[in-house]
Amino acid sequence: MQKYSVFSLIKNAFKGHKDWEVAWKDPTPKTEYDVIIIGGGGHGLATAYYLAKEHNITKVAIIEKGWIGGGNVGRNTTIIRSNYMHDENGLFSEFGMNLWRNMSQDLNFNVMFSPRGIINLAHSDAQMNVYSRRGNSMRLNGIDAVLLNREEVRKIIPMADFSENVRFPIFGGLMQPSAGTARHDAVAWGYARQADSMGVDIIQNCEVTGFDISNGKILGIRTSKGNIKAKKIGLCVAGSTNILAEKLNMTLPIETHLLQACVSEPIKPILDNVVTFGAGHFYCSQSDKGEMVMGGDLDGYNSYSQRGNLPTLQHVLTEGIAMFPFLSKLKMLRTWGGIMDMSMDGSPIIDKTHIEGLYLNCGWCYGGFKATPASGWTFAHTIAQNRPHELNAGYSLNRFSTGHLIDEKGLGTKTWIS
Amino acid sequence: MLYIKCPHCGLRSQNEFSYGGDATVKRPELNKEISDQDWDNFVYLRKSPRGKHLELWQHISGCRQWIKVERDTLTHEIFKTLKANEEL
Repeated sequence: MQKYSVFSLIKNAFKGHKDWEVAWKDPTPKTEYDVIIIGGGGHGLATAYYLAKEHNITKVAIIEKGWIGGGNVGRNTTIIRSNYMHDENGLFSEFGMNLWRNMSQDLNFNVMFSPRGIINLAHSDAQMNVYSRRGNSMRLNGIDAVLLNREEVRKIIPMADFSENVRFPIFGGLMQPSAGTARHDAVAWGYARQADSMGVDIIQNCEVTGFDISNGKILGIRTSKGNIKAKKIGLCVAGSTNILAEKLNMTLPIETHLLQACVSEPIKPILDNVVTFGAGHFYCSQSDKGEMVMGGDLDGYNSYSQRGNLPTLQHVLTEGIAMFPFLSKLKMLRTWGGIMDMSMDGSPIIDKTHIEGLYLNCGWCYGGFKATPASGWTFAHTIAQNRPHELNAGYSLNRFSTGHLIDEKGLGTKTWIS
Repeated sequence: MLYIKCPHCGLRSQNEFSYGGDATVKRPELNKEISDQDWDNFVYLRKSPRGKHLELWQHISGCRQWIKVERDTLTHEIFKTLKANEEL
């Protein structure tokens, strides 16, 4: 594989950029693999990469219905954080933060990881108490957390609404200084390029139509490009999990919902953090191109449509304007939607299933992007070793029936309620 | 914008409604032997189909009645609406 560097860039510039190697091939599927990963999104690509890198399993195929990076890894708001209260989520995400910090070097691909800090705003004394509790839990797990008062928040984001007569005055906030953003497409492409170079077949435009199972063991998959055998198969399909589960006669604690995001026209640099509104559901950062990147609530009803509905967008942006009044002057450049695998406690599932050789990675709700490296790393371990790693042991499929829920937000089973 | 025909009030915009989830899950009957699996099915497990989905909505800014709506989760087409106690 050709190494990307400033020297290769200069060299190729002199040749008119005509001699770059393809970043990943377009192979026809073989008849058999050691492991098949269904879903060529961030998590699937990362899983294949870590299978090859950490476990020396390179006879691997990624089967993607569309094109790699065309799903949620290309549709998110690029936020990376580990500001969770519960141990399972905190330790898992902080492990992922370490992978993020080294990702550009590890993948030889600039993912533009920018640890610019995230601030969750608080709008009441009670919320400050909750944040102080969460911040202490984070620090006990080795995650950086700083509780900011109103004046400290004002120094960082003076353009927020600090006037006296607002409905939701800013009391302060909880900041994770090491959180940040990354370029989401680069994450997919970086993992794809490295996985391909280690022998992984990335098969695009190939739809899984069924599974071959015998005596409780997985034997292979049926696809639009023919049958492919494998003893181990990992499902990494986010919002499409229930569609494949139906083909497997499985019913899962997952509902598929729609989440929208949008970007404004580009403006000069004004915001160098990620900021979330505490009295609703709205988050905002500014991209390197200058666009304000914004998102918030789910549309709120089961949906597979990958396109949004305006009332939700209006509601979300109303919250945005309450937080940053200057946003009202901006024109929207693009809006889009992605389909989320909402689990019944808001936390993911990375586990084996009752079918031998079938592994499940789903339930990321609207927090899948930041989990990409940790999810791939732990899912690869789970598949290679046929048992979960201690980092994803809590993300079991049977935790719902045993009562070991990881309900970070305390919403119960209706995680789509806003 | 979805337009939902409330069986009590007629065609109204989605802004007046709040969503209540899958209408096909049934709470296990009281005072009967109930297995953990029955509870699991009721509380946590969802089919979440792509296509026709029977779901609960509440006309919260209208008559405040709960209703059932049969809707396509891919196209958002609404086929039928029913009162909460009616079966499809």
